[in-house]
Amino acid sequence: MTNTWADIKNADLVVIMGGNAAEAHPCGFKWVTEAKHYNKAKLIVVDPRFTRSAAMSDLYMPIRPGSDIAFLGGVINYLVSNDKIHKDYVLNYTNAAYIVKAEYGFEDGLFTGYNAEKRDYDRKSWDYELGEDGFVKVDPSLQDPRCVYQLMKAHYARYTPEMVSRITGTPVDKFTKACEWIAETAAPDKAMTSMYALGWTQHSKGSQNIRGMAIVQLLLGNIGVAGGGMNALRGHSNIQGLTDLGLMSNLIPGYLTLPLDKEQDYPTYMSTRQFKPLRPGQTSYWQNYPKFFVSFLKSMYGTAATKDNAFGYDWLPKLDVTYDVLRAFELMHQGKINGYFCQGFNPLLSFPNRGKIQAALASLKYLVVMDPLATETASFWENHGVHNDVDPGQVQTEVFRLPTTCFAEEAGSLTNSGRWLQWHWAGATPPGEAKTDVWIMTQLYRKLRELYAAEGGKLPEPILNLSWPYSTPDDPTTDEIAQEINGKALADVRDLKDPAKILARAGQQLDGFAQLRDDGSTTSGCWIYSGCYTKKGNQMARRDNADPSDSGLAPNWAWSWPANRRVLYNRASCDLEGKPYNPKHALIEWNGEKWAGVDIPDFVATSAPEAGAGPFIMNAEGTARLFTRGMMKDGPFPEHYEPFEAPVENVLHPKVGPNPVARVFKGDLEVFGKPDEFPYVATTYRLTEHFHFWTKHALINAILQPEEFVEIGEALAAEKGVKTGDRIQVHSNRGTVEAVAVVTKRIRPLTVDGKTIHTVGIPIHWGFKGEARKGYGANRLTPYVGDANIETPEFKAFLVDVTKVAAAVS
Amino acid sequence: MSVLQHALDLKQSSATSGMAPAGEAVAVAKLIDISRCIGCKACQSACLEWNERREEVGVNTGYYENPHDLTENTWTLMRYAEVEQDNGDLEWLIRKDGCMHCADPGCLKACPAPGAIVQYTNGLVDFISENCIGCGYCIKGCPFDIPRLSQADQKVYKCTLCSDRVAVGQGPACAKACPTHAIMFGTKAEMTDWAGQRIEDLKERGYQNAGLYDPPGVGGTHVMYVLKHADQPEIYSNLPKDPQISPLVDLWKGVTKPFALAGIGLMALLGIVHYVRTGPNEVAPEDEEQARRTLENPKS
Repeated sequence: MTNTWADIKNADLVVIMGGNAAEAHPCGFKWVTEAKHYNKAKLIVVDPRFTRSAAMSDLYMPIRPGSDIAFLGGVINYLVSNDKIHKDYVLNYTNAAYIVKAEYGFEDGLFTGYNAEKRDYDRKSWDYELGEDGFVKVDPSLQDPRCVYQLMKAHYARYTPEMVSRITGTPVDKFTKACEWIAETAAPDKAMTSMYALGWTQHSKGSQNIRGMAIVQLLLGNIGVAGGGMNALRGHSNIQGLTDLGLMSNLIPGYLTLPLDKEQDYPTYMSTRQFKPLRPGQTSYWQNYPKFFVSFLKSMYGTAATKDNAFGYDWLPKLDVTYDVLRAFELMHQGKINGYFCQGFNPLLSFPNRGKIQAALASLKYLVVMDPLATETASFWENHGVHNDVDPGQVQTEVFRLPTTCFAEEAGSLTNSGRWLQWHWAGATPPGEAKTDVWIMTQLYRKLRELYAAEGGKLPEPILNLSWPYSTPDDPTTDEIAQEINGKALADVRDLKDPAKILARAGQQLDGFAQLRDDGSTTSGCWIYSGCYTKKGNQMARRDNADPSDSGLAPNWAWSWPANRRVLYNRASCDLEGKPYNPKHALIEWNGEKWAGVDIPDFVATSAPEAGAGPFIMNAEGTARLFTRGMMKDGPFPEHYEPFEAPVENVLHPKVGPNPVARVFKGDLEVFGKPDEFPYVATTYRLTEHFHFWTKHALINAILQPEEFVEIGEALAAEKGVKTGDRIQVHSNRGTVEAVAVVTKRIRPLTVDGKTIHTVGIPIHWGFKGEARKGYGANRLTPYVGDANIETPEFKAFLVDVTKVAAAVS
Repeated sequence: MSVLQHALDLKQSSATSGMAPAGEAVAVAKLIDISRCIGCKACQSACLEWNERREEVGVNTGYYENPHDLTENTWTLMRYAEVEQDNGDLEWLIRKDGCMHCADPGCLKACPAPGAIVQYTNGLVDFISENCIGCGYCIKGCPFDIPRLSQADQKVYKCTLCSDRVAVGQGPACAKACPTHAIMFGTKAEMTDWAGQRIEDLKERGYQNAGLYDPPGVGGTHVMYVLKHADQPEIYSNLPKDPQISPLVDLWKGVTKPFALAGIGLMALLGIVHYVRTGPNEVAPEDEEQARRTLENPKS
C-alpha cells in the first residue's frame, strides 16, 4: 500500500477492482464502511461477479475476467479527452512533459523492438530524449507530439467507451458513470483510493493491470494524498514482510537486487545502480544504494567482510535466470531439481496445473515440508481416491515433515499491507514436537557448517563466514534477529555535514537508514526496516493508538517502513509552494523552515520548495512515471492483451492476442484450451469463510463453508439443465473438478464482441486434508502461464467447459 | 457500559405470576445495520465460540447458508437473498437471523414451564434450560420462527443476546466480532439514534424507503435492523412485515389466566406435580393434551 488501512476512511471515492475486500479483507473493509458513513464516500465495485463487496457498493458493474486494462485504458482516455485531470499535479509531479526518443513506437499490438523468437523486447527505444546537459528534454506546454502526455493520449485514443464495452462486456452506461465519478476526484480536495489484490496480479499481464490504475491515479493527483493511493491488499498477514525481506529469487532484502551472472565483480554490479538524477536538483535517493548494500553484506558476513574483498560480494549467488515458482516446478518436472524445501506454503494446491505439480513432486529425491499443518503437499503421495488419485508405490520421493509453530505460538513481527511492522508475543504453547522455523533453520545451518568445516567443498565461504552473533547460537531469538535487521554501528557514525557530531557510537543500534555508511562501519539486514529497533528499543512493539489528527495514521502505533512514514510520496499532497492541496486532510506542509505535519515527510525535510526537488524521491526523474521507460518487460504503457485462454480474439490487434512476452514454457503453450472446446471463462477466488488452504483445518470454518462448490449464472444453468445443488463437472484442458453447483443471479452472461460469454466461478479452498469435506481443488484447471514481469500465474482468467453430473439428493 | 451492567433483574418469567416488581433498568438493544453487513459470518463463528456450540460439518446444497437453517447450536445464521430491482440492478441482501428479543415475547407468553423463559428488566429474553420441559410451545409462540428443539436433550435453544456477557458490561460476542460495526450494542435509545444517522445516509444515497425495523406488533424488539428497504422487510429472507404473537398464544394465556389469578395456577401445579413425579424432560399428558387442543382448535 502507498497509504495505510485506516487512511481509507479519508477517501471520497473507493474503487474496488481486481480484488474483493469485503470477502478477502473483511477487517480492512471496515475502513470503507467508515469512509462511507463519516466521509460520505461512494464505492464502485468492478468485478466479474457480484461479490460481497458489490453488495456494499453504490455502483457495481461486471467485467469479463482478464479485460481490466481495456477498462482502465478507457478511463485514461475519458480523463484525458474530457480534460478531467489534476493539471498542476500532472505537469509538475509526473513525467507527462518529458520527450521520448523518436525511435519509440507502438503498432499492431507491439511496441518497438520485439523479437518473436525470444518472445522478448529490446527496450532501448523506450526511453527519454536527453539534452546535452544530460537531463531529459521537456515540453511544459505538453504539446510536443513526442512528449509522454501526447504519446499516452494517442495510445489510449483507441479505448473509446464502445470499444471498452466490446472487449470487457461492461455496459457503456455503467462504464461512463464510473468514469464520471472517478473524474470528480481530479479536484485537488478530492481523493479516490484504489483497493486491489490478486484479481489484478494473477494475470499474464498482472503488473500492467496495476500500472493502468496507477496512471489513472496520477492523472487525478491521487497519489501521496490522504484517502488516495494504490493500495495492494496483501494475501497473507506477512506477505508484505516476505517481499520486503527479499524472499524472491532475484532480490535481496529491501528491494536490492541479487547480482546477475554478468556482474561478476562489485564495480560492475554498482555501475548500473548509480541512479544519476535525470532532472536538475533531484534527490534520486537510490544514489545511496552502496550504503544499503554494503551494510547488508556486513550483516551477512560480519568481520569477514572487508573493503579488500568487496565486503564478500563474491559470496553472493550470481543469477543466470529468475527462479520463480513456475520455473522451479518446471525444472523439478524435468528432473533438474531433485531436492526441495517447502516452508510455509502448499504448492500442491496453490500452483497451477495440479497434474504437473504432482508429477514434479514425484520426481524429487527428497522433499522437506516445514509447516504447522499437515498439508496436501506433504502428503502428495497418499491416495485419497478421486481427490488425490496417486499410487503411493510409484512415488519414490522421501518426504520429511518438520512441524513448525504457527504465528500465535511465537514472538516476532508481521508486516501488514500498510507496511506496519507490528510486534506480537506468543499466546500459546506449541503442540507436540513443533519447533520455530528459526530453530529448524539454525540446526540445518549448524550441521551444514560442520560439514563444510570438516570437508571443505565447493565455495564453503558463504556458509563458513556467515555472521552468527546470537547469545544462544543454537536458538537465536526473534528479538535478536529484529535488532540485526535494524542494524548497528560498528564504529562511531558521524554526521556527514558536521563530523564532530556523533550520531551513533560503536555498538549502538542505528536510528534509521540515514545513518548507514558504505565503508563497512554499519550493518543492516534490510535497510528499509532500519529504524524498527533503535537505541530506544523495539519500535514495532509500540502500542499507543492515539491519533490526535484523526487522520488514521496513529504515528505511535507499531512502526511503518520507511522511517515510520504512513503515506508514501506525501510531498505530492502539497502544491509547488508546499501548501496542502486539501487542507482538510493535510499530511505535511512547508512551514518556511522545514516540512512538517501529521506524517513523517517522504522528502528531505529541509529541502525548500524553491529548490525544485520532485516528490517521487526514489525515481531519478523526481517525478512519477506515466511512461515507464524500459522498466517493464511488456511495454512502457499498459496495453490490453487477452488471457492465454480467451473466448474471443483481441479486437484491438488480432495478430497479437495474449501478452507477447508473458512467462510460458514450451509444452505448456501447446495445452492451452480453445473456445470451441472450452467455451466458458473461468476465474478462481477466495471466500470469507476460509483463508487459503489453512482454515479448512479449523472446525468452525469448516462448519461455515463445508464443501467445494462452483458458481454459475442462471442463464448457463438453464442451458445445461442444472439446478442449484446439482453436481457438475468443470473441465479445462488440464483437468476436471467435480463439485456442487451454486446457481446464482450474481454471475450474469456478458456480451463481448457480439458473443454471449458465461463466467464460471471457482473458489479455491478445498483439498484432501483437514476438517472440511474433501474436494478436487481449483488448480487442477488453471493454466501454467505467468505475468511477464513477476511471473505470477494466471489464475483469474482461463477457459472451461461445464457438464452436469447428477441431480441433487434431497 | 456501566449503565448496562447489573441489569439482569427479572421483569417477567414464564408461567409465573406475582413476581416482586423489579427495579428500573435501561433497555438495551442490538442494532444490525444491514447496509454495513458484508455477510462474513464472523458473528456466526463468534456465537459458536462463545457459547461453546459446534455443528457437524455439513454439505453445500447450492446456497451460501451454512448450516442451512438455525439449529439448537446455531443461534444466529447469515441468510442471503438475491433480489433484482425494477431497473435490473441486483442486490444481495444479507441478513443476520436470530432471536429478536421482543419487548412482548411470544415465546415467554406461550411457555407453560415456570421460569423456563425469562425477560430481564433490560429487555433481554433468555431461556433457562434447567426449567425447560421441551414442549416446544415457545416455537409456536415465536412470530420469527427462531427457537429450535434439541433432539439430544429435548430442550429448546436460541440466542441469549449473550446475557452472560451483558451482565458483566460486555456487548454480545457477535457485536464484538463484527469487523464493519454492522452489529452495534448499547441502550435502545442510543441504538435508535445511531440508526437514525444511518437511515439519513441511506436516504441520501437514494434509498428513500430506508428505515428501522422495530416492529410494534411485538411491542418493539431489542434486536433491530437498519434496512434499505424497510417497506419490504420480506425481501430480506422473509423477515415478517408485521409480526404478531399468534392469537393462539393469547387464547392459551386466556385459559390459564383465571387460574393464575386464583393464586394456585392449575397449570403451574400440574407442572410442579409433573416435575416431582417424572423430572423435567417430559410434559405431563394432561399438559400436552390441553396445550394441543388450545393451539390446534383455538375456536373450540
